[in-house]
Amino acid sequence: MITIDAKNKYYKELNREIADAPDSDVTVENVCGQRYIGTNASDKTITVIGTPGNGLGAYLNGVNLVIKGNAQDATGDTMNAGEIVIHGCVGDACGYGMRDGKILVKNDAGYRAGIHMKEYNEKIPNIIIGGKTGSFLGEYQAGGRIIVLGIGYEDVCPVGGFCGTGMHGGEIFIRTKKRPVNLPAQVEITTASDEDMDSIKGSVSEFCERFDIKASDILSSHFYKLTPNSSNPYTELYVNQ
Amino acid sequence: MSVNYIPATFAVLRDNDRCIKCRACERQCSNEVHYFDADFDKMLVHEDQCVDCQRCVTICPTNALKIIENPNSFRKASNYSQQLILENYRQSSTGAVLLSSMGNPQDFPVYWDKMLINASQVTNPSIDPLREPMETKVFLGKKHTHITRNADGSIDTSGQSPQLEIAYPIMFSAMSYGSISYNAHESLARAATELGTFYNTGEGGLHQDFYQYKTNTIVQVASGRFGVSKDYLDAGAAIEIKMGQGAKPGIGGHLPGKKVSDDVSKTRMIPKGTDAISPAPHHDIYSIEDLRQLIFSLKEATDYKKPVIVKIAAVHNVAAIASGIARSGADILVIDGFRGGTGAAPTRIRDNVGIPIELALASVDQRLRDEQIRNEISIVAAGSIRSSSDAVKAFALGADAVYIATPALLAIGCHLCRSCHGAKCNWGIATQRPDLVKRLNPDVAYKRLVNLVHAWDHEIKEMMGGMGINSLESLKGNRLMLRGIGLTDRELKILGIMHAGE
Repeated sequence: MITIDAKNKYYKELNREIADAPDSDVTVENVCGQRYIGTNASDKTITVIGTPGNGLGAYLNGVNLVIKGNAQDATGDTMNAGEIVIHGCVGDACGYGMRDGKILVKNDAGYRAGIHMKEYNEKIPNIIIGGKTGSFLGEYQAGGRIIVLGIGYEDVCPVGGFCGTGMHGGEIFIRTKKRPVNLPAQVEITTASDEDMDSIKGSVSEFCERFDIKASDILSSHFYKLTPNSSNPYTELYVNQ
Repeated sequence: MSVNYIPATFAVLRDNDRCIKCRACERQCSNEVHYFDADFDKMLVHEDQCVDCQRCVTICPTNALKIIENPNSFRKASNYSQQLILENYRQSSTGAVLLSSMGNPQDFPVYWDKMLINASQVTNPSIDPLREPMETKVFLGKKHTHITRNADGSIDTSGQSPQLEIAYPIMFSAMSYGSISYNAHESLARAATELGTFYNTGEGGLHQDFYQYKTNTIVQVASGRFGVSKDYLDAGAAIEIKMGQGAKPGIGGHLPGKKVSDDVSKTRMIPKGTDAISPAPHHDIYSIEDLRQLIFSLKEATDYKKPVIVKIAAVHNVAAIASGIARSGADILVIDGFRGGTGAAPTRIRDNVGIPIELALASVDQRLRDEQIRNEISIVAAGSIRSSSDAVKAFALGADAVYIATPALLAIGCHLCRSCHGAKCNWGIATQRPDLVKRLNPDVAYKRLVNLVHAWDHEIKEMMGGMGINSLESLKGNRLMLRGIGLTDRELKILGIMHAGE
């Protein structure tokens, strides 16, 4: 394992140093706002101690990032493969357009988590958020799976308004008894069935193990499942001029 | 059948003395206009389905066909054209938004046609491009503000931002695979490679077969991020962020699921048959600072080796927006005028939103000069550059290079019937139907593109030679080379040119 001190280092210099480090296991200390950590690296596990800047793991392609702290905006933008584990909260637009890999957030996420998330063949991305999220969760979602566990927010709905606006693929699971408000007509909401719960059991258990949470307590709770309502799709009506 | 109020826009005239009933027209027409009636023993037509693409006329072995505008018309009025009446009928019967394609056909001023180019007489003699060296090669990207020299006298280029070297000041603008066919993309890619210029993937990803042309490929990143991966970013010689498109400023893309075929699905990296939605706003960009964040994430992902281009539509505040972009870290700015083409756009948007490229280009170039940041960014003008003389005028107004798309499509057989959104292009360009796509032969089409750019380049050199200019760099922003004709003082002021005779 190699340890790099990020103190007073500009992100460009720091990221080059991480990418060039002659070890697959890198710990970066004293991180304070440096952007795009992990973006130019490959085949590494990078542990970040401190607060990374925006664009953490953008276009990530097979790197594992562990953040011992909070992450900021545009984390995992257009991520293609790999894993981002955040021991804290994450800012806005987490996982924008992500196509594969997973993002695990111990606590809360900001606005627009999972926006434009996609899937393709065997590539199915996953975002799991332990706490609550801001509005527009899963906006324009086209594939993949978002799970919000709402731990510590059992009395309220843990997602903000306009959840799934523009959603046309994928699924969202929310652990709550309170229905999300102002869902668009194109999103269907159901109570997760036993079969649905089986499908997320592995992912949720893994999340709980990472953050030392008792999985059985979580999995025995009530979950809502959101999917695009295929009987009411976004067929924009056009007539040829 | 109920009355739909809508008369045919075109009349199909068949000379029955010439027609040999070979039924070629019937086989060639994807709109199913022509059909053979066995009872009458003759060819008949569904005129209302004709889009005037001229395919049948071209293919008819006995020249028996003519397509004309239907002389049958409603009572004439300047205020309510037949087109407007029909549009209202169509919307009343469907409740739908009108959809069109290609550039704005409305009668707005074309400023290119109101500017004249200078030539030398007696003093500052003209140059003969056939005998004298002429330089039309261009380097796009940030330039140093001051020239410094090395010890041996050569120019110091260390610390220079990455540059895009183009052999001709003409590139092919973004057209996605999905909006145009595989064969059309192949033609553009091969032509760009042979010419030493660039074509642009558009926002639909890059087909695996075309990675071989990567040194001449600009890859685009739009809000939907289709097909954007490490390999894709690495493949591009430059990366273009699409913020807007001249034909539909403020409107994003929506490729309906039915157009997402097997191959398009692979290229866009989305499941077959699902809608591909890329809304106009990038929801991670609400400011120039946010744009800067995306630009530098792309630079970081590609090791600062490639120029990043930002493409915007020409809109009212374009000069202020461009000033922000020039400070955002982008290397190249594309301004796309309101007459630029599109594979599909809502008619009202296409015909009424945005401003002409001529005015946008002139005001952006002037603003960046006034703020002394013109060297920070190269400018590419797009959105209806129709000929080499339009291009020369664009250079004189401040463009470093131009993007062309409609002329490129014309080169490979487009007849500008403006029906791309129907996806039944009889010329094999704006369609994914295999039987239609194979009508476009890339071996022939790419050579026609090469011919077009060679011809334009020679004309550009001749016009430059006439002005006594032997390098495009000396023409760039040289507005003394232009004079306006029939323009108001205000228009002349915005264009930064004098009137003819002054």
